[in-house]
Amino acid sequence: MTQPMLEAETLSVAYGRVEAVRGVSLTVAPGRLVTVLGANGAGKTTLLNALMGVLPARGRILFEGRDLTRLPIEARVAQGLSLIPERRELFATMSVEDNLKLGAFRFRHTARGKDGGGDLGEMYRLFPRLAERRRQQAGTLSGGERQMLAMARALMGRPRLLMLDEPSLGLAPLIVAEVMRMVARLRDEGVAILLVEQNARAALQIADHGYVLDGGSVVLQGDSRTLQGDARVVETYLGSLSVDEALPGRTASGR
Amino acid sequence: MDATILLLLLQDGVVNGAIYALIALSLVLVFTVTRVILIPQGEFVAYGALTLASLEAGTLPGTVPLLLGLGGLAFLADCAEARHSLDGRTLLRLGLRDLVLPALVAAAAWILAPMKPGLLIEILVTLAIVTPMGGFLYAVAFRPLAHASVLVLLIASVGVHLALTGLGLVFFGAEGSRTPPLSEASFPAGPLLVSGQSLWMIGLTLAIIVALWLFFSRTLLGKALIATAVNRLGARLMGIAPSLAGRLSVSVAAFIGALSGVLIAPLTTVYYDTGFLIGLKGFVAAIIAGLASYPAAAAAAILVGIIESIASFEASAFKEVIVFMAIIPVLLWRSLRSAPIEDEE
Repeated sequence: MTQPMLEAETLSVAYGRVEAVRGVSLTVAPGRLVTVLGANGAGKTTLLNALMGVLPARGRILFEGRDLTRLPIEARVAQGLSLIPERRELFATMSVEDNLKLGAFRFRHTARGKDGGGDLGEMYRLFPRLAERRRQQAGTLSGGERQMLAMARALMGRPRLLMLDEPSLGLAPLIVAEVMRMVARLRDEGVAILLVEQNARAALQIADHGYVLDGGSVVLQGDSRTLQGDARVVETYLGSLSVDEALPGRTASGR
Repeated sequence: MDATILLLLLQDGVVNGAIYALIALSLVLVFTVTRVILIPQGEFVAYGALTLASLEAGTLPGTVPLLLGLGGLAFLADCAEARHSLDGRTLLRLGLRDLVLPALVAAAAWILAPMKPGLLIEILVTLAIVTPMGGFLYAVAFRPLAHASVLVLLIASVGVHLALTGLGLVFFGAEGSRTPPLSEASFPAGPLLVSGQSLWMIGLTLAIIVALWLFFSRTLLGKALIATAVNRLGARLMGIAPSLAGRLSVSVAAFIGALSGVLIAPLTTVYYDTGFLIGLKGFVAAIIAGLASYPAAAAAAILVGIIESIASFEASAFKEVIVFMAIIPVLLWRSLRSAPIEDEE
């Protein structure tokens, strides 16, 4: 493995006296898609929030060798980290286009921020539904469109590491497959990805590497193919459905 | 009361209401972005008026040392805030903003004041002195509390108001000041005589409203302020720091406050503590608009101005009471109409 892009060392997050994440260590290599699996309440969302700086954490977070542990969210965004949270956190009363433009806020002092149009056109090409609804308020979009907008808005910031929290939550299976294809494609374009999913089957299909969280600790980790074959993972998270049924239109992982 | 008197009162009410509208807009802006109810907005008004009056008299305004002092405090607060990523470039940027900029403004005021350069230049110097105070105050008093509840922020806001009123007394003394009008002209309009000053007031209010609208609808920075108001976490995830948004919004409020002070200075004698009452009337209008809607706040401010002018004619002893009582039916109506909502803190 090459030099890791993101490195978390013994990360712990506590809500009052309850530790939601306990001593988790995790690495993401450049251009890799890493997934974090686990049941509800296993600490997945808390872990992502700690990595992004939404929640304070003990331990150490290194991004390309720089220590981010005490930096606020905005400083991490400036380094190239991006998080699409579970609740999307769109600007509901603003137009789709304004949401996208704000995604490029960190470039406002650079040439790219001033025209910004290049990326905007690219997003509309990638997500044609958003182009149709560019003047509409973000709050009026359907669930799938909101997820598309959240992804496009994050991509406007040209992240080098994109973290997604449950992108499949509340979406129809066909749209889940489309979202997953988009995530895999981003990885193929060189964006490192940390994907938190309850839909373990869909996530393992596209991931290179996986961690399994339980009770706030990593109980299992490995190559995604190994995890797919692991008896404990199959039993707890994958059930008996075959892979092709859960993720239509996609054959085995390309990597 | 006959029709002519009513027209006169309406005219008076609309002109005063224009000032309340400016204040109400600032309060809505600052509250939606930072959740701070900016009680010291009235002090910006008083500082604007008094600064212009002392420039008019050819003396160095008391707000100049205050600006330098606040800049120094803000520099310390900024360094403390950025302590985890403090490098040479950041230090330089903070120093330019908090120390060099106020020093330049102070130097300009020091050179220009004895020259009595004319009303326009004096107004520009006044705005240059008061506007940066907004950002400095935000950095010193409000940013360290950014995660506190609305109530704690309100208490801090009252504290800032009391401190600024006291400093106003120290730097300007207890005497009131008045400035010459922006325009001596007056125009007959039916039974009324419309003064150039009142046209300036209404015209500048409209100009500020249009400028704010353009700022929010056309510029990325303006949209970033709305985004912070709409979804604070979402905005932070886009790299929009709440402190940037807060600083900008309070600076805009200080600018609008100083301009309001410049506009009322010819109409009434302004004392160091005059701003509070003016600010409070803007606050009534902002509350009527639920501290959320700009157009509603501006309309409510005109209404407050009209209520005030009619009340001062019909029952002048009770005019303030009547104005502030206007808030009660609105609050009742609002609390009956809206279901109780969970505090989203």
